[in-house]
Amino acid sequence: MGLLLLLATLDGLAYAAQLFMVAVGLTLVFGVLKILNVAHGSLFAIGAYLASTLVGLAGAPELSLLALALAAMATGAVMGPLIERGLLARIYEKEHVLQLLVTFALFMILEDVQKLVWGVQPLFEDAPVRLLGQVEVGGIFYTAYQLLLLPGVAAVALVALTWFLRRTLLGRTIVAVTHDREAATAIGIDVRRVHLVTFTIGAGLAALGGALAAPTTSLVPGIGVQMIVLSFAVVATAGLGQIEGAAVTALLIGLARSLAVYFAPELEVVIPYLLMVAVLLVRPAGLFGRTVLQRV
Amino acid sequence: MRGTLTVGAGVVLLLLLALFQPWLRFVSTIALSTGLAVLGIMLLLRAGQVSFGHALYVAAGAYTVAFLRPYLGEALLLLLAGAAVATGLGLLVGLFVTRYRDIFFGMLNLAFSMVAWSLLEKLYSLTRGTDGIRVVRPSLLGLGLDGPAWDWALFLLALVAALLAGGLVARYLGSPAGSALGAIKTRETRLEFAGISARRVLLQAYLASAALAGVGGAITALATLHVTPLLAYWTHSGELVFVAILGGTGHVLGPFLGAVVFELVRVHAAAAFPDAWQMILGFVLLVIILSAARGLAGLLDDLARRLGGRG
Amino acid sequence: MSAPLLAARGLSLAFGGVRAADGVDLEVAEGEILAIIGPNGAGKTTFINMVTGYLRPQAGSIRFTGREIAGLPPRRIVRLGIARSFQIPQLFTEHTVLENVALHLAARSGFWAAFGPLLSAERRAEAMALLAGLDLAAVAHARSDQLDEGARKLVDIAMALALRPRLLLMDEPTSGVAAAEKHAIMDRLVAALRREGVTAVFVEHDMEVVARHADRVAVWSQGRILAEGPPAAVLADPVVRREVIGVEGAPC
Repeated sequence: MGLLLLLATLDGLAYAAQLFMVAVGLTLVFGVLKILNVAHGSLFAIGAYLASTLVGLAGAPELSLLALALAAMATGAVMGPLIERGLLARIYEKEHVLQLLVTFALFMILEDVQKLVWGVQPLFEDAPVRLLGQVEVGGIFYTAYQLLLLPGVAAVALVALTWFLRRTLLGRTIVAVTHDREAATAIGIDVRRVHLVTFTIGAGLAALGGALAAPTTSLVPGIGVQMIVLSFAVVATAGLGQIEGAAVTALLIGLARSLAVYFAPELEVVIPYLLMVAVLLVRPAGLFGRTVLQRV
Repeated sequence: MRGTLTVGAGVVLLLLLALFQPWLRFVSTIALSTGLAVLGIMLLLRAGQVSFGHALYVAAGAYTVAFLRPYLGEALLLLLAGAAVATGLGLLVGLFVTRYRDIFFGMLNLAFSMVAWSLLEKLYSLTRGTDGIRVVRPSLLGLGLDGPAWDWALFLLALVAALLAGGLVARYLGSPAGSALGAIKTRETRLEFAGISARRVLLQAYLASAALAGVGGAITALATLHVTPLLAYWTHSGELVFVAILGGTGHVLGPFLGAVVFELVRVHAAAAFPDAWQMILGFVLLVIILSAARGLAGLLDDLARRLGGRG
Repeated sequence: MSAPLLAARGLSLAFGGVRAADGVDLEVAEGEILAIIGPNGAGKTTFINMVTGYLRPQAGSIRFTGREIAGLPPRRIVRLGIARSFQIPQLFTEHTVLENVALHLAARSGFWAAFGPLLSAERRAEAMALLAGLDLAAVAHARSDQLDEGARKLVDIAMALALRPRLLLMDEPTSGVAAAEKHAIMDRLVAALRREGVTAVFVEHDMEVVARHADRVAVWSQGRILAEGPPAAVLADPVVRREVIGVEGAPC
């Protein structure tokens, strides 16, 4: 029982770390662009698949961690600007329902791109996990990759992101646009550039989540949709646009899910959403969100 | 008047197709049941809301047929049961999701449908997982039919259901309740100041959409005699949304027009490009939305207007 | 004097440091037309928002026909007989003018009536009569997003009137309307109100409009009622002139 609990906690932490990286990208993009990118999960999947390919190509296990980072950056740097400039820039002024439909269409497209490029057979490439070996915690051996690297990268991502948004000029510009787009435009902020940068960072975070998840699981079609739904649950539970909130909620949902895996496996898929519904019933704008009244 | 004429022409065309190409009987039945579900999506789109999870209610209708078939031998009763279960589920989910709009509405629906899909896959002892459940052909109006007779009967059943649903929905859209749907899209706060509960208006439409999807799902189950979790998968929900946009939301004919074209193309295209089918749908969806087209119903409307203008 | 139709007592609401209402007492008698004037940001719209349930006062009471309504949701308050119009017209932009009004007429009927036709012959006639009373019959079939600002304002008010209220609150009914049209619009509006026996409160910046159309004026300044009384007396008050009219620079 004790061991199982420990194991569940460790699994939960590792899972929460991945979940956070994807969810924080989703919530960041929403905060600035006011668009929820339904295709965000596909960027996670593409990051994961590309990572798997690059790790295979790298050959030497020592290079495999580098390959993961490269996959995340390449996905973010290519897909981010391509989607923002090519598609989203055309729909900022449109109705919400049309914006949703456009990113949903993109989602449909990217899910198949993935199948066309990487096929439908499961891919598994765990060189990075093997490279880092195992460590002992409380009597059980656990992979250093999941115990240290995943949570470590997630923590660094959280700290770096908050530092970037609070302390750098570009970051503060992004925050200014989040709060009041019109005022930001009026004082000469280049909103177009802010959108581009933010979306690219968001896409990169999703891809990073995917790249880091790749060595721990076998990749099959459908991981993208699972991730978008789950990271939406995280973001909704936290409150749309809440970055630190997303970290707390990712932890909550990640732990709850892995506890369910060990102790109530039939509930695994339901638990995150039960949590979300329970929170939203009490706080409709999420744990950390605030309801805004429209001016009349 | 023009509407009645177009409906008449459509019915005759479908009957002719079904008469001369037996395999089209099946495709038409499926198209009509898809159209029924899409009719519900259209109601929600009228309110400016899009559900990415309505396959949930199609699956609810279909699985109800599959679960109840061992105890119930009459197709009509199975159909009603499918609609009832889907509506009940719609009430449960709808009470929650109608508190939300836009992103939340769309994504919460997606989330619920994906939970249902996972459960259908995982609870093997109950649902037989991805294998799905075979449905033994029931009788219709007490008649034990099979072969072409059954195909015809089911096709006609779908046609009657579609005509009935289309008529009811058209009437609903012309009523204050239906009109208030459009008001949710453009100025929801004002609705509250008129003493109308926007949430209640949306919930009514949501229940109607769940019921329509349930009927569609039940007919699909009766036509294919096999239900699988894929019925609830997001790609199916996506197809429903796609057909709604393809058909256009301006007229109740839109969903059926869209569904017939969609199913006819799918018969060929999905087989030829199994791994690119969603991608093709995605691209077409983008083109329709970005060009602000009003779908096939809009196209037909423009055509009729032009012909009318000339004559 | 009989009991007032609307009575606000000790009404208070602050946003951050701004006191929009700071212990306001204000009464409206059945049948009168009351104008509320005051500098921008003084809390006039906030008053309408509180009476109609959009904002909940932090303290105080609002009684309508003797019944406490503070904190009730807008939907409940509308059903009690209080309707409002908006400074920026809130129209259903994809509906025609006629449909906008008809939907408000239909809002009074019960659940099952909501599934009959919206534009039944009866309701169509009633809506057309209402529109004709405000000289809007010509635009009845136009889509409401294709009207000019003055017409939109009137349609917005027609929608509120369609609810057949006992009390109508109007937020700057003539702002955004060409100066030449203002009086014509107000003449029509006031005639309609008197005809239907509707009590009205309107927020206004144009002192000429106030002087000509209001029975009584209340001056709202920094969350308080600075003065109230007949237009002639209030508008001549030197303090009011300095605080409100002077700031606005409006001719008097």
